[in-house]
Amino acid sequence: MNSGQSALTLVLTADPALIAIVKLSLTVSLAAVAVAAVIGIPFGALIALTRFPGRSGVIVVLNAMMGLPPVVVGLAVYLLLSRSGPLGNLGILFTPQAMIVAQAVLVTPIIAALTRQTIEDLWSEYREEFAAMDVGPVRRVLTLISDAKFSLVTALLAGFGRAAAEVGAIIIVGGNIEGFTRTMTTAIALETSKGDLPLAVGLGMVLMTIVVIVNSLAFAARRAGEMRAGS
Amino acid sequence: MRAPSSDLPIKFQNVTLRARGVVILDAIYASFRAGKPSVLIGPNGAGKSTLLRAAMGLVAPDDGRITWGGRENAPPDRRAIMFQRPVMLRRSAAGNLRFALAAAGIARTRHEERVHQLLALVGLQGLGDRPARRMSGGEQQRLALARALAREPEILFLDEPAASLDPAATKALEDTIRQVARSGVTVILSTHDLAQARRIGGEIIFMNRGRIVETGDADAFFIHPETDAARRFIAGELLT
Repeated sequence: MNSGQSALTLVLTADPALIAIVKLSLTVSLAAVAVAAVIGIPFGALIALTRFPGRSGVIVVLNAMMGLPPVVVGLAVYLLLSRSGPLGNLGILFTPQAMIVAQAVLVTPIIAALTRQTIEDLWSEYREEFAAMDVGPVRRVLTLISDAKFSLVTALLAGFGRAAAEVGAIIIVGGNIEGFTRTMTTAIALETSKGDLPLAVGLGMVLMTIVVIVNSLAFAARRAGEMRAGS
Repeated sequence: MRAPSSDLPIKFQNVTLRARGVVILDAIYASFRAGKPSVLIGPNGAGKSTLLRAAMGLVAPDDGRITWGGRENAPPDRRAIMFQRPVMLRRSAAGNLRFALAAAGIARTRHEERVHQLLALVGLQGLGDRPARRMSGGEQQRLALARALAREPEILFLDEPAASLDPAATKALEDTIRQVARSGVTVILSTHDLAQARRIGGEIIFMNRGRIVETGDADAFFIHPETDAARRFIAGELLT
């Protein structure tokens, strides 16, 4: 049996080890995206709708942070959470929580930058009508976020894609501990280095399938929503 | 809650407005009073749209002063404007109206009743669930008019309301505008379409290059214009 057939068997028989790894991967990445959305969407909207000295610099930095190297983020979060670090007393290094923190740090700039661009574009469309209708600041922000929701789904997807695919940050702060902090990407790296290609290939297939399914669902939801909203 | 006092008359006193160093409105004196419609006419770039925006309170003059019912800082809750290219919010036609009603502070219990009334007024009854951005140009213009009227304004500004409409859609819109004017709303409209200005009637304010060149009753203006520029504009000549 070659690696591909073995991998397929693992997937089709719902191998418990493989399922546990997939479950943890999804939990960590979805939680990281949720945290990043809670921070990134309001932050991006705030930058889009306010004018202050140095705003252009903030936007440039934010856009640049979309390309943060995962290993650098992993190292920074490691230093923060290590026993002698400023957040060492939390005691979450080498736990899934540390992995969520690291991925949230990676994903937040992506969601914030894409939100900023989306909201700013919509704001330039709506600005004059809002002024004419004397729409207050809170209603403006809520309306812009609501009307941009289908575009914001794309931002969340970009964030999820980044989180699900990265390995550098979570292997540093999670430690790739079997049955505890081992995710699809860290397992693929480890099993490949060990020569256990069936599990690595199986995980790769699952990872790709999940990414395609999530994107397909989001695409369908976006298309249906756009049809209803007429955007 | 509506302000008890009227925003009329709207008075421009020596109003000058510039954009990036270019004079858009040049020492304008004007007074808009309750009653028959006022129609701003003039070629493109005459300053008609800017004057409407200033009268709405959306842009502040660089020099001079604008007063609404004698007040300099009157909030715009008694005024509404329909832009030349209105932007529909990403929701249904009825959703756009509900948004305007909510923004105007109109009680939620009245929303559905008002939505039905407004859609009927502009001839869009039965289309409330249609996504606003997927409506035709004429339907969007009429919806924009309904959205402006959702504010229950005392004064309605219309900036080139039929600029991109075909004759049938233009007629439907003008019929609604006349109906609104008859209901007691003071209509102030800009257009470069002389035929439309004649049909709407009222007081004509002829502008060119940021200045008010001539004003007068529509019948008198079109039959006996007093200035050479107005005569040439009516004759279809290019003004420099």
